[in-house]
Amino acid sequence: MNPSPVVSLQDVSFSYGGPCVLDNVSLEVGEHEFIGIVGPNAGGKSTLLKLMLGLLEPLRGKVRVLGESPERSRTQIGYVPQYPQFSRDFPITVEQTVMMGRLGMSGLFGNYRRRDREVARQAMVETEVADLAARQLCTLSGGQLQRVLMARALACEPRILMLDEPTANIDMRIETEIFDLLKRFNRHMTIIVVSHDVGFISGYVSRVACLNRTLICHHTAAIDGDAIRALYDADVRMVEHRH
Amino acid sequence: MMEFFSALWDHPFLQHALIGGLLASIGCGIIGSYVVVKRIGFLAGGISHSVLGGMGVAFFFGLSPLGGALTAAVASALLIGWVRLTWREQEDTLIGALWAVGMAIGILFISKTPGYSVSLMSYLFGNILMVNLADIWMMAGIDLIILLTVSLCYQQFLAVSFDEEFARLRGVPVTFFYLLLLCMVAVTVVLLIQVVGLILVIALLTLPAAIAAHHVRSLGKMMLLATLLGALFTVLGLIISYAPDLPAGATIILVAGVSYLISLLFSTARKRRELRQQLVKAVQ
Repeated sequence: MNPSPVVSLQDVSFSYGGPCVLDNVSLEVGEHEFIGIVGPNAGGKSTLLKLMLGLLEPLRGKVRVLGESPERSRTQIGYVPQYPQFSRDFPITVEQTVMMGRLGMSGLFGNYRRRDREVARQAMVETEVADLAARQLCTLSGGQLQRVLMARALACEPRILMLDEPTANIDMRIETEIFDLLKRFNRHMTIIVVSHDVGFISGYVSRVACLNRTLICHHTAAIDGDAIRALYDADVRMVEHRH
Repeated sequence: MMEFFSALWDHPFLQHALIGGLLASIGCGIIGSYVVVKRIGFLAGGISHSVLGGMGVAFFFGLSPLGGALTAAVASALLIGWVRLTWREQEDTLIGALWAVGMAIGILFISKTPGYSVSLMSYLFGNILMVNLADIWMMAGIDLIILLTVSLCYQQFLAVSFDEEFARLRGVPVTFFYLLLLCMVAVTVVLLIQVVGLILVIALLTLPAAIAAHHVRSLGKMMLLATLLGALFTVLGLIISYAPDLPAGATIILVAGVSYLISLLFSTARKRRELRQQLVKAVQ
């Protein structure tokens, strides 16, 4: 049990109206932890993240983030979605997109102040997209867009960073770069990352939560063929590889 | 063209029409840009057509048809917004139903109104030449409301138009601003009904902004260019329709439609050229 968990789920169940997507899930995430949530497609990973963000209400159980309900604490969370909800041809620059991370902290009527611009600039520098500031979103590659979304999340000055499949649809080299970046951010914030690639993320995270409707937590050293077989309901072949 | 300009000097109704067209362009440029980037053209269509219900009721009770239109437009914007937020899966069916039911209510009330007349037809198909001084003041008032609201809430409208989920996570009251945006669409529809009528209003609401989107890369610039294009189309439509005595509203929409097609061809060709240049650079 963590002394003061930043995220706590107790016996959480959820359904979209049909069969149970999450069943009695309990999880505690400690401050500055880097936790990976892995599991098969439709195993409930993104749903679990949305419950932590307060975008969904649990059917049963309790979700607390930073000691409060997710709705009250979500301005202290930075979120990188799996599928951006916006249209890629929206007329907006990288800088304007990152500035949106300052919404809710900006002045009256949402106007940005000098500090907001400084924080957004710093977030773009950290994610190495400062030189793209004036570019349109529609002109970015998949990897560049992912970094911009991370910059937007960092501009929130979050205590917790949640990422849903941040490296889906981008190549292996950029995947490694992004996780190296996350490892650096982990020095001053808690990171919760959803992934389907247990092999890849186990090199970065300190703990893995294996989710397939129900949840089992492992320290990364404890992930073996049996655990993965139980998770994916199928025989697996372990391939050891270095990044 | 000279005939139009000499008549413009002599006839106050043409001056009113020109001023009305220019005022309508402001609303169409600003709110039309939101309609295009948020892709809510179908919702805007639903709002504009259900306005007939309010107009029909107002006619029946001898009230101001524009007052009825404004009430119906705002009510239908709130209802459509609520439908979209609550029953997203059946959104298009329910909006289609509201669209048709609004029109049916209007037709029923109009059919029972003694002396159903030409003036209602002008609201259906637009008659910019009937814009009077009172209408101009009302249009200026609506423009002022739009300008003030968008200036004060620009960042929130931008956030809600761009990414509702992220805006909600940042504590922006998304439902409130979404419904406010639809109410702005509703008042803009009433503003534009004077010019092109409620049947054609959706074209004037979307075409100038859609053309602007081909050529500029920021929402602010898009609003400015769409406003200028809206002004150009209404003035050109008025000039072209004057001498052969064509319906001004339909002419304005045709000018906008043809301009959109030309702009689409031009922007597609430009994108292909840029893509080819990128490929050539990549190969080199």
